[in-house]
Amino acid sequence: MTTWPILSVTTFLPLVGALIVYLSRGDDEASRRNSRWIALWTTIITFAVSVILVVRFDPSNADFQFVEKSAWLATGITYHMGVDGISLPFVILTTALMPFCIIASWKSVTSRVREYMMAFLILETLMIGTFSALDLVLFYLFFEGGLIPMFLIIGVWGGPRRVYASFKFFLYTLLGSVLMLLAIMALYWNGNTTDIPTLMHTAVPRSLQTWAWLAFFASFAVKMPMWPVHTWLPDAHVEAPTAGSVVLAAILLKMGGYGFLRFSLPMFPLASHDFAPLIFTLSTIAIIYTSLVALMQEDMKKLIAYSSVAHMGFVTMGIFAGTMQGVAGGVFQMISHGIVSGALFLCVGIVYDRMHTREIAAYGGLVNRMPLYAMTFMVFTMANVGLPGTSGFIGEFMTLIGTFKVSIPTAFFASTGVILSAGYALWLYRKIVFGELVKPSLMTIKDMTLRECVILFPMIALTILFGVYPKPVLDMSAASVQQLVNNYTTAVTAVKAAALLH
Amino acid sequence: MVQAIVFLPLLGAILAGLIALVGAHGRNPSGDEVEHHGDHGHGAHAHASDTINEDASVIHESHHEPGDGHDGHGPVEPAAAGSRGAELITTALLFVSAALSWMTLVDVGFNGHDLRSQLLPWIFSGELEVWWTLRVDTLTAVMLVVVTTVSSLVHLYSIGYMDEDPYRPRFFGYLSLFTFAMLMLVTADNLVQLFFGWEGVGLASYLLIGFWYQKPSANAAAIKAFVVNRVGDFGFALGIFAIFAMTSSTDFETIFHAAPGLTGKTIDFLGWHVDALTLTCCLLFMGAMGKSAQFLLHTWLPDAMEGPTPVSALIHAATMVTAGVFMVARLSPLFELAPNAQAVVMFFGATTAFFAATIGLVQNDIKRIVAYSTCSQLGYMFVAMGAGAYSVGMFHLFTHAFFKALLFLGSGSVIYAMHHEQDIRNMGGLWRKIPYTFAVMVVGTLALTGFPFFAGYFSKDKIIEAAYAAHNPFSTYAYLLTIAAAGLTSFYSWRLIFKTFFGEPHDQHHYEAAHESPMWMLVPIGVLAVGSIAAGFPFVEVFANPHGVEEFFRESVKMNPHILEDMEHMPALLAYLPTVMMALGLFVSYTFYISRPYLPVELAKTQPMLYQFLLNKWYFDELYDLIFVRPAKWIGYQLWKKGDGFIIDGFGPDGVSARVLDVTRNVVKIQTGYLYHYAFAMLIGAAGLITWFMFGFGGQ
Repeated sequence: MTTWPILSVTTFLPLVGALIVYLSRGDDEASRRNSRWIALWTTIITFAVSVILVVRFDPSNADFQFVEKSAWLATGITYHMGVDGISLPFVILTTALMPFCIIASWKSVTSRVREYMMAFLILETLMIGTFSALDLVLFYLFFEGGLIPMFLIIGVWGGPRRVYASFKFFLYTLLGSVLMLLAIMALYWNGNTTDIPTLMHTAVPRSLQTWAWLAFFASFAVKMPMWPVHTWLPDAHVEAPTAGSVVLAAILLKMGGYGFLRFSLPMFPLASHDFAPLIFTLSTIAIIYTSLVALMQEDMKKLIAYSSVAHMGFVTMGIFAGTMQGVAGGVFQMISHGIVSGALFLCVGIVYDRMHTREIAAYGGLVNRMPLYAMTFMVFTMANVGLPGTSGFIGEFMTLIGTFKVSIPTAFFASTGVILSAGYALWLYRKIVFGELVKPSLMTIKDMTLRECVILFPMIALTILFGVYPKPVLDMSAASVQQLVNNYTTAVTAVKAAALLH
Repeated sequence: MVQAIVFLPLLGAILAGLIALVGAHGRNPSGDEVEHHGDHGHGAHAHASDTINEDASVIHESHHEPGDGHDGHGPVEPAAAGSRGAELITTALLFVSAALSWMTLVDVGFNGHDLRSQLLPWIFSGELEVWWTLRVDTLTAVMLVVVTTVSSLVHLYSIGYMDEDPYRPRFFGYLSLFTFAMLMLVTADNLVQLFFGWEGVGLASYLLIGFWYQKPSANAAAIKAFVVNRVGDFGFALGIFAIFAMTSSTDFETIFHAAPGLTGKTIDFLGWHVDALTLTCCLLFMGAMGKSAQFLLHTWLPDAMEGPTPVSALIHAATMVTAGVFMVARLSPLFELAPNAQAVVMFFGATTAFFAATIGLVQNDIKRIVAYSTCSQLGYMFVAMGAGAYSVGMFHLFTHAFFKALLFLGSGSVIYAMHHEQDIRNMGGLWRKIPYTFAVMVVGTLALTGFPFFAGYFSKDKIIEAAYAAHNPFSTYAYLLTIAAAGLTSFYSWRLIFKTFFGEPHDQHHYEAAHESPMWMLVPIGVLAVGSIAAGFPFVEVFANPHGVEEFFRESVKMNPHILEDMEHMPALLAYLPTVMMALGLFVSYTFYISRPYLPVELAKTQPMLYQFLLNKWYFDELYDLIFVRPAKWIGYQLWKKGDGFIIDGFGPDGVSARVLDVTRNVVKIQTGYLYHYAFAMLIGAAGLITWFMFGFGGQ
């Protein structure tokens, strides 16, 4: 269909931008400004190119599209790229969010601007690559490579405890990934290929399924993050610069969920079915546990980080329910959470840039001087709470309704999350925005600037648009999700039927 | 036409919201610089601190002049430009919407033209197909009329009541937003859209209760309202999931069609087999309990009185709190198939009717008395729902909307006259000062207590009859409690009137200054007073007569087939009992507060336990704080510090990284500070690791 490798162009354009930033040497104000503009234009052009993907994408086709394939390493390891309805939304989410991240860092980052912009651009390439790679080795390279720029972003431009946080982040994720690498090699020796579409149609022996599933699980569960391997996330978020938090929450966390959808469910359906109760248990624990913990937080970013873990619990629960609504809801919840949590971190960034503290107790009564901010924050608080009419509701509702059919207790306990999320989110809002403005340090605080409005207002529009009319996202993924669910159900029922015969 | 009814308020809300935002933005400049002490040179420093002091003093003033304006929110800041525009736009749009609603009622209710219009696809995934749809049948049309009529009158009233508040555009935006959400709720054609409206009105209620956001008590009440409602919504959501799991749909028609086939099915929950329909209906009713402030989930309603009084009239009396009643009526084909769930509904309704009335006896805040009265009247409506007499419950909903909105707005007029005094102990003798308000309050009270030929007389007595005639395990229980509550209602309602308008003034200063409210406020309460009389008798035919109901409601509710006939066969003597109880309550109240005012004091002294128990609202707030709020916080703290901090981190990353850090302490020595060194080292490391594993694994 396409004559030029549009997917590779989207993936590697940011890398070209990074190269240009690198070449424009100098450390004066002019070169800083240049690198900011170069980064911004690179991300905008990348986004524009990715829009072509959406336009040319055929949502009725469940298979991979825009496929590119060429020989690469050894036999069976190829440079294979392509997107389907499950990965394309994440590609778009990434390209759409990156310009906002660059604008959000416009003023708050003043040291090593060139390196900062390069790190972000490289990170963008790696993230897009992760979602569009169709070869296990290629996927692994992108997946793991993303760790490095993120590690640097936290470790160099982060807060006071950045070294601790970045190491915790790095060690956690790397340890999980090492196991995944083992599983990838096992799969290679089993099927003599690392081609993902081929592997998706290769029946993997039952015993290998179990072990490979566990190995992949180790990596994705950390990335997700699922309880109890979630503790790196609050620390990483707290220390990361605003844009780093946005990318972390909005996109890096989604790689875990994407991994479950791309590998665990289609390649190891039997193991997925066997381990579903484990996932359900961990998900409900995550939802209730982290919501309760979020109630008691004193740091704004930590509170939102814990609420992210709870929201990701809905995603894992929905994915492993293996029903149409559960899986589609999981995809939607990830996209929605990408927008909403990203925006919430940007909201924190706005007051952090002014006051240089994230302590909840340092704020109060901001509505008196920041009405636009109060309105914006309210929209995203409500989306975080899952109010119908915002995108947050669609994801939670679909995952829950999809899970209810499979496991009533899971849906029951997970639904308590709607009560607890209202508790912590409204409490945070009240402490920061409502009340009288009495703290002397806040007396001169000023409202959102045009630059900040430019970042957040489109996100408000998207949050409400997808809450009222989620069809664009749901339609995009429907065919692929349907195929995934069908294959999963067929595999599981075949085994059940076979078991009955014996 | 329906589209216009529903979306005109939304248009108003958006316009008023924009005016509010523009105005607020005009007063509060943008900027990402904050003057910091010490960040500037000497001159700049002095300048900066000047600004701080000026700003501080302005803000200081604006919060400490309680005598100047409403609730300490004096008009220190001028109202935003366009305030009047926002008021007029929203009010005018609402009046258009109300006029169209009455036309719709005639068209749908009496001419039988039900309509249904699909607007937009909403959630589509597999067999889950949810549309944005507007559905109007008689049940909806009645609600449309109630919502838009009361809402338009409240809008009009608010122009007068809020005239000193600088944030009026925001207030009117919220009011219209609420109306829109409520209209989406009543026109829903599937459970998910119902849930949208349900939570939407919850949001508007949260925003309006916390409208005066500088008051900590208002903020607390707003959060409490939202969270307690969420507890109910938790059940509601599970009910929707259960229905979808059984019928693969959320559309009312499909569900009702499939419902008869579901009788006798069970749901397995943790090894516990329950009847599917009973469980589903109970879960859905849990949502109704939250929204309609029924016993156990009622605690938010009295606190919600922190909001401005027009809000209490619109949301917490006439419309939002009746959403639960509406929901049960809408789902009557399900409830009719689940008699056990109906028993639950009747039990909670009757309990609430009685329980809230007992608390109302001793409250001293004029708005809280009316709030508990609302709670109690909602209990009555649920008794009718439990009896299967859905049209009768809707009748009471209809009449109650008029007289309860009237009582709230009348109370607002009293509060306005008394300069925001709400304690009835500080009032007295006001009838001389505000005769018009007094007159309409008496009309409202007569209607509420069921004085013959006022609106409440017809609807409430019908409910009591329905309770008597119902074939329900709790029907006797409900009958006795509703009869008792009728007496209590009469007592506390007249107590309010007597203490407020009769006797000697207790606060001479406020009494002298008391004045009748402006026309903006008097006209709406006059209209409602007419409604409190006229909403009764003319509508008996269509709400409570077996044939009238069948022709009027048709398919929109599924009545218990015998209940209306059975009600007519009630012993004549028993039929007078509610009226007798009403007279008794009036008599006792008159004795206590007019002829022998020393009696209540003595009674309170001889029964201190009972008095304290009632005064403290059966100690529900304290109980919930003890068993839910504190444990949740305690567990949250423990999980955070012990669970995350000590166990997971202690044995996981921190334990490991303690070792790693030992190593890195040495590695740190080769730190150069150059980014590309780090990047290079990382790449080498990753590459090394991959190689090692590949060869390590391959060699085996």
